[in-house]
Amino acid sequence: MGKMKDTVLKPIFKGNPITVLVLGICSSLAVTVELKGALVMALSVTIVTGLSSLVCSLIRKTIPNRVRIIIQLVVVALMVILVDQFLKAFEATYAIDKQLSVYIGLIITNCMVMGRIEAFALGNKPVPSLLDGLANGLGYGMILVIVAFVRELLGSGTLFGYPVLSALGYVNNGLVILPPMALIILGCIIWVHRSIDKDLQEK
Amino acid sequence: MEYISLFVKSIFVDNMIFAYFLGMCSYLAVSKNVKTANGLGLAVIFVLACTLPLNYLLNTYVLKPGALAWLGPKFAEVDLSFLSFIIFIAVIAAFTQLVEMIVEKFLPSLYSSLGIYLPLIAVNCAILGGSLFMQQRDFVNVGESAVYALGSGLGWYLAIVALAAIREKMSYSNVPAGLKGIGITFITVGLMGIAFMAFMGIAL
Repeated sequence: MGKMKDTVLKPIFKGNPITVLVLGICSSLAVTVELKGALVMALSVTIVTGLSSLVCSLIRKTIPNRVRIIIQLVVVALMVILVDQFLKAFEATYAIDKQLSVYIGLIITNCMVMGRIEAFALGNKPVPSLLDGLANGLGYGMILVIVAFVRELLGSGTLFGYPVLSALGYVNNGLVILPPMALIILGCIIWVHRSIDKDLQEK
Repeated sequence: MEYISLFVKSIFVDNMIFAYFLGMCSYLAVSKNVKTANGLGLAVIFVLACTLPLNYLLNTYVLKPGALAWLGPKFAEVDLSFLSFIIFIAVIAAFTQLVEMIVEKFLPSLYSSLGIYLPLIAVNCAILGGSLFMQQRDFVNVGESAVYALGSGLGWYLAIVALAAIREKMSYSNVPAGLKGIGITFITVGLMGIAFMAFMGIAL
């Protein structure tokens, strides 16, 4: 039981895919302008990582080593197509799907998804693999939501579209909306994380 | 003339790294020294410039709504665009595998300097991202998509070589313990991005 707990908790803090392993930055930062988009992206990535880890773990003994990358990509691409079609199917999520544009498709090449399959799902039983995938997705989503929170609050003075700071007469900081600030905020999050947890510091 | 402006635009204004964060993972992981960055950058330009026109043709003649009209009027209504993710990634993965085998067989010296990066490229977001942007932008012909591919590949190459050069110099500076390594790299990339934004004002 303790091992299960470790599988779930480790990716969220000590082995966070973004701040510690630096995986999956590609498709993530561009969607952090608003909380809503970030939340949808976080959920999509969690589902895709969990399910593709599960499937790859189920078929792990039948995959030939030489072509495993292509097979993993096909599994992940299938899951992403499912998520994309699901988002397109409902009126409420259709607008968000349009706003996230190519970044939903780019979950396929999110290094975190592939990384978890390579590092965990191919050597473990289906249930721990599913948990590992979901937990990594959550760890990833947590960082995404933190960055989006800072950017939406300082950039447009709102949270989920409701005025918070802007109601108090705050003047929006346009720089925070622009792409480079997402990187700088992420750099600061890493700084904070590594100052608290000194084991993670690089020599 | 349009080709030139598209080319310049895709290198500087729509830079894959600084404007869209594409290919970030390998960008951060393989930018510790200029030599390896150079190898990976060249490999990215090559794969992007080959797969993007290929995917353009697939998109125009197979995937787009009504793209199958050339098969006969019965197929004019078919819309296969929901398959585009899987087709694009299959083309990219198959292509990188193929190139790796060919290079390994016929150009061993190139393989030893570039070959190790080829498997990495199959999962580089910049490659798939290029194809997805191509689908979104509706280029008029193959030439345009090829120019776009070359330009964005070159932009990615420039970005990774520049970052690698900065990181080589940075290893001599005194960075706070918690920021050392990846933290300061993020901030550097952010500052480089702000510098690159100066190009956004250029109307082409």
